[in-house]
Amino acid sequence: MNPVGRGALTNVTNADYVRDKYAGPHAEQRSVGAMTQEAGRLMAKLVPLADGVAELVRDGDTVALEGFTHLIPFAAGHEIIRQERRDLTLVRMTPDVIYDQLIGAGCARRLVFSWGGNPGVGSLHRFRDAVQNSWPVPLELEEHSHAGMANRYVAGASGLPFAVLRGYTGTDLPRHTGNIRSIDCPFTGETLTAVPALNPDVTVVHAQRADRAGNVQMWGITGVQKEAVLAARRSLVTVEEIVDELTPVPGQVVLPGWAITAVAHVPGGAHPSYAHGYSVRDNAFYVAWDEISRDRDTFQDWIERHVQNAGATA
Amino acid sequence: MSQYTADEMMTVAAARQLRDGTACFVGIGLPSTAANLARATHAPDLVLIYESGCLGAKPDRLPLSIGDGVLADTADAVIPVPEVFNYWLQPGRIDVGFLGAAQLDRYGNINTTVIGGDYTDPKVRLPGAGGAPEIAASCGEVVVIVRQSRRTFTERVDFVTSVGYGAGPGDRARLGLRGGGPRTVITDLGVLEADPDSCELTLTRLHPGVTVERVREATGWPLAVADDLSTNEPPTAEELTVLRALEATMRAAA
Repeated sequence: MNPVGRGALTNVTNADYVRDKYAGPHAEQRSVGAMTQEAGRLMAKLVPLADGVAELVRDGDTVALEGFTHLIPFAAGHEIIRQERRDLTLVRMTPDVIYDQLIGAGCARRLVFSWGGNPGVGSLHRFRDAVQNSWPVPLELEEHSHAGMANRYVAGASGLPFAVLRGYTGTDLPRHTGNIRSIDCPFTGETLTAVPALNPDVTVVHAQRADRAGNVQMWGITGVQKEAVLAARRSLVTVEEIVDELTPVPGQVVLPGWAITAVAHVPGGAHPSYAHGYSVRDNAFYVAWDEISRDRDTFQDWIERHVQNAGATA
Repeated sequence: MSQYTADEMMTVAAARQLRDGTACFVGIGLPSTAANLARATHAPDLVLIYESGCLGAKPDRLPLSIGDGVLADTADAVIPVPEVFNYWLQPGRIDVGFLGAAQLDRYGNINTTVIGGDYTDPKVRLPGAGGAPEIAASCGEVVVIVRQSRRTFTERVDFVTSVGYGAGPGDRARLGLRGGGPRTVITDLGVLEADPDSCELTLTRLHPGVTVERVREATGWPLAVADDLSTNEPPTAEELTVLRALEATMRAAA
């Protein structure tokens, strides 16, 4: 189990922070046996998806699957469902169809988020069923705004205990979300909002390419993936393609292999979302999900046929 | 062109609201349609900003989601999501924010979180805040697009997701909200504008063929009506042609 303690993640106490400060968010990445050494640095190991999830995602973990309508790590989410992880705290700015599936499959105990919907389509029926009817298990919510969530990842990636922003003021969110606090600026006296750092036990993202040393390259809309990976204790990146050399692409984000725990080659791993340059959004699936997920039986049938009984692709 | 729907009138009225050369924070659905209609008609230099990180997107078809690849392909810059909020929205660089609402009160406070029951046991769980609280706080002004009904236009919102004018005049300043707030609400029946003194949403324009009585019936509070109430021009042939062509591109892409 994670030595830093998962309580530290969403309710940062001083003791937790001091431990984090000395251990660093990547303390565990350095000690995970799954790493290889190259040029004096510990590089991400190339692993099959099932092994990566088995090793890096554990029951009770705080898990962030990020990807802002683009590069959503669906295949990794399905592997988490197949391996029947339980009691996860799921973190994501925009819990959409993949979190609807994880929630409906009973993997989640808690959701930390800022917008939960089927993007461009409507509501998430499994998410609503969990919140309104505790099906299949009760789901605790920790609800923020996008600005708050983005800044929480930035603080986590920066090794800071909290982030400061102009946000939430006058809304009802602070009344229901305990970790939205106010703070006075020490220079101007102005009252601002503070939210605690997010440091997931593990962050999972999908990217276009990695090289054999585990350096990862993504482009197009890169959302909050860099921050979510750097904030996490462990990370797993699924990629469309493994290449000998990462040719530069305009607008790219490159995450060095020594900042990542493991990379899995999973072509099409973002479907039904898309990977810019490799695939387009399967909009028909998002629309179909509205019907599939509306009813518990059709949902369970779909999960059984398309996730449980479908092996990992890599 | 005489035949058009109430939704088309609403979208055209919203598009007309956008001035050329301004920077506009756009959500998916009606706001995105209206902003792209404006860019394709009277406001070619409208800067569209999508919260996925696409600044100055110039899509040639309507995007299917705020993270549609066509936005990244056509943007002046694609930036990380934290920068959208920290570098662009928070300092007040965005002139207009477009928001929808599940509930809205007379001061333009918006609920997109929960309806009925209480927060932990709601009757209906909605998607939540997304970028809206800070858009409502920090954009130069906010334009709300929402279909008008008593269910939506309520005396009190069940949850304040995004602040309009709070409980009335002076509240935005007291809260330290720097943007101008919801100046305009565009519906399928007409246009409401915040009164400069009372901050109360006031019916200032009707869409053609709509009566004040009908708007009152669709409003859950005693509606203020402007003395100089006017009627919007119906959609022009050009507006309708462009709007329908845009919507056809979305159906084709889907």
